[in-house]
Amino acid sequence: MPIKLTVNNQSHELDIDPDMPLLWAIRDHLQLTGTKFGCGMALCGACTVHIDGQATRSCVTPVSAVVGKSVTTIEGLGTPSGKAIQDAWVNLDVPQCGYCQSGQIMSASALLAGNAKPTDSDIDSAMAGNICRCATYARIRNAIHEAATALPGAPAGTKG
Amino acid sequence: MYFRHLKDPSSLWPGLSASELTRRQFLKLTTIAGAGLTLGTMLPEGASAAAGAPLATPFVRIDPDNTVTVVSKHVEAGQGVWTGLPAIVADELDASWDQMRVESAPAKVPLYGNFAFDPKGSVQGTGGSTAVANSWMQLRQAGATARAMLVQAAAAQWKVPAGDITVSEGVVAHAASGKKATFGELASRAATLPVPTDVKLKDPSQFKIIGRDKLPRLDSHAKSFGKQQFAIDVMLPGMMTAVVMRPPRFGGKVVSFDATKTKAVPGVVDVVQIPRGVAVIGRDMWAAKKGREALQVTWDESAAETRGTDQIMTEYKQLAGRPEAVTAAKAGDADANLKSAAHTLDAEFEFPYLAHAPMEPLTAVCQLSPGKCEIWAGCQFQTIDQVNAAAASGLKPDQVVINTLAAGGTFGRRANAESDYIAEVASIAKASGGKYPVRLIWTREDDVTGGRYRPMNYHHITAGLSKDGKIVAYKQRVVGQSIMAGTPFAAMMKDGVDPTAVEGHAGEQYDLDNVHVTWSQPKSAVPVLWWRSVGHSHMSFSKEVVIDELAEAAGKDPVAFRLALLEKHPKHAGVLKLAAEKAGWDKPFPKGKGRGRGIAVQESFGTVVAQVAEITVKGDTITVDRVVCAVDCGIAVNPDVIRAQMQSGIGYGLSAALHGKITMTDGHVDQTNFHQYTVLRINEMPRVIEVYTVPSTNPPTGVGEPGLPPIAPAVANAVRAATGIKLRKLPFDLAAARTAKA
Ligand code: FES
Ligand code: FES
Repeated sequence: MPIKLTVNNQSHELDIDPDMPLLWAIRDHLQLTGTKFGCGMALCGACTVHIDGQATRSCVTPVSAVVGKSVTTIEGLGTPSGKAIQDAWVNLDVPQCGYCQSGQIMSASALLAGNAKPTDSDIDSAMAGNICRCATYARIRNAIHEAATALPGAPAGTKG
Repeated sequence: MYFRHLKDPSSLWPGLSASELTRRQFLKLTTIAGAGLTLGTMLPEGASAAAGAPLATPFVRIDPDNTVTVVSKHVEAGQGVWTGLPAIVADELDASWDQMRVESAPAKVPLYGNFAFDPKGSVQGTGGSTAVANSWMQLRQAGATARAMLVQAAAAQWKVPAGDITVSEGVVAHAASGKKATFGELASRAATLPVPTDVKLKDPSQFKIIGRDKLPRLDSHAKSFGKQQFAIDVMLPGMMTAVVMRPPRFGGKVVSFDATKTKAVPGVVDVVQIPRGVAVIGRDMWAAKKGREALQVTWDESAAETRGTDQIMTEYKQLAGRPEAVTAAKAGDADANLKSAAHTLDAEFEFPYLAHAPMEPLTAVCQLSPGKCEIWAGCQFQTIDQVNAAAASGLKPDQVVINTLAAGGTFGRRANAESDYIAEVASIAKASGGKYPVRLIWTREDDVTGGRYRPMNYHHITAGLSKDGKIVAYKQRVVGQSIMAGTPFAAMMKDGVDPTAVEGHAGEQYDLDNVHVTWSQPKSAVPVLWWRSVGHSHMSFSKEVVIDELAEAAGKDPVAFRLALLEKHPKHAGVLKLAAEKAGWDKPFPKGKGRGRGIAVQESFGTVVAQVAEITVKGDTITVDRVVCAVDCGIAVNPDVIRAQMQSGIGYGLSAALHGKITMTDGHVDQTNFHQYTVLRINEMPRVIEVYTVPSTNPPTGVGEPGLPPIAPAVANAVRAATGIKLRKLPFDLAAARTAKA
């Protein structure tokens, strides 16, 4: 039986194993390659997508579990917090190899959507699931603060 | 990586000649090079000069759409070459930064060879933090040449003297007549002109883009929007995905396999044996992975490594006590002076195997067609990969097309003499008859258990101080596998010493009269490889910890003690002073509450870095609060990339110091994924990292690796300052070290 998926507001019917992790469905079958594979065990965050707005590790989420839900990948990230995060990422030149960054950005934008002014500790706990082997962590912190400042509703004159 | 000892590199990879330029072209190139010019100025054969044609040289292409594309012979793996190399060209060209683009060069030597590896450029590759240093003159020349041609084209078009024409921010102008043109408008005409051979390079004081503080990276946007293509993202029509079952212990071989259950997994397309194992090919990754789980392989483990790492370390210690060793460095008479020393220090150090674990697991795509093999990968050794892909696919090197994509990290992993993952994908494509393009993905488990680790090491150091606190003897025995032995790189070993095993020892880094460094080379089937900063990753640790302990024994300040040993190393001294000054070293560090401060300095790959680490010890946990880093890398081509690379080296080095270890039980690797091979996460990244660059007019040297070696010893020295505990075993285990001390 085909699996019905809604990804970036588009619906798809895929003839795939219902146990297949969402990661491989969106990469191999929808050819949305912005979401990355890093560990396959929910340990690194490279595969992070939003499911109904929640940051979720797609590598351990079977496609059967997201039927009827809305999946957003880096390609479809259009929320105000997502945009602010991406702008800050470019502005501060956060990426190095860049491989982890889709996942970092999906986690960071979900953090900002729920916490408009995260502290360093908030950032540490929300982002600790995302590994960056290039250790861009210092800039990730700064970029999240910068994005928080740029978002409408941010207290004037705040700087992270 | 270490290539400076290459004697006759052309003999290393006999297959390379197939992809070299013709002899005539080669002579022309070398003649130009010999005349003091570099190779960025040749028009490619058959370059068209028709209207609408670009101005194309091997390293720079100016298109009529006004973009300037720099052809990068180096892989971008995060270290910033896709920004650094264009910056060099853009400056000499007086381009606008907005018009700069970058693309990867094809595999071709010596045209795109790395001249820092060897003077003939026989190998195309990235490593040893050489990319900017190696491209510096070549790309300045290329930029200046293209600029001169644009000016000539404008002079001809406007009928004005070339000397009256100015170029700025991508606009060519003649002030008196008010005429202006973009590079794009002039490109086709410029392409018809002879290539000048006597262009003048800028004086460094005229640099506008080189050294600009916040020069945006060219790859940030794509990497922030999920648009950067890595090998794992290559999607070819009809492409299949493969995973490989490899021997469970290093040195094992396939005897036979039973694929019955595998072939029953929906989506599995084929199962083929290759030299390194058995490949399962599926229509997607999920099918291939599930298929592999169902595969049954019988292994021949008669030549496999069956020892555990505890036993290996015990054997290393025994070996250190035996005479079998080669001398890596000797000056004066360390033995005699040790006997008469007023104070002696005896210290043993243990270092584990380390996996590189780049974020993008090894991936490569191969498409075979008659007489052609095309590879897509984050290639770090393009022409070696070409030779190995040719051998695996049964073709000649010049039939192999290498597409170098951005690499999702490498840290040395993608540069190996056997091109393991690239040879694998070519073998799979061949074994499956070239019926479809194949994408090989290593899972994280494949990566962590896959070997090519930073070698395990044991160091034994004995040192002596005179009554007045001077170092009178420094002896070190290093025991660790050779990276080069048994590979074509063995040709770079000198007097039986693998330079990568002992680089950065005390005799190189300090003024010492009596030094003796020896190296013993144990054998193992565990494959080892260069891991970010290579020998410096362990050699700097034991050295900087011992020097610090000697300073303490001599009753001297650690900075002053080092400076007294650096009279003949002014670059080290300058960097050390800058780090100390910026860290406020002259002010006493508040004692108590587990706080401590430590310093370390190391030159690697021509760049000197010093770091001051401020830490807090709470229970058995070490928190690094602040790192002050000073670096001398010659002219700072891109200050923000330098800062990023120092942060990166610190984070990667700290990851190894606090967590990194690969261990084995009975030859089986104990770690499989990030829950066991733990790495630094954001909560452990120092909250404050400050990076300062020593102003310099020297040619640039690399920054990809040199930020790493000082961090672990700086932290260990800070822990000793805070607690008195001596950390001599990596990764740090405060509880164990405390017990050992008690
Ligand atoms: S790939 Fe999903 S968390 Fe690592
Ligand atoms: S940027 Fe390379 S892993 Fe994060």
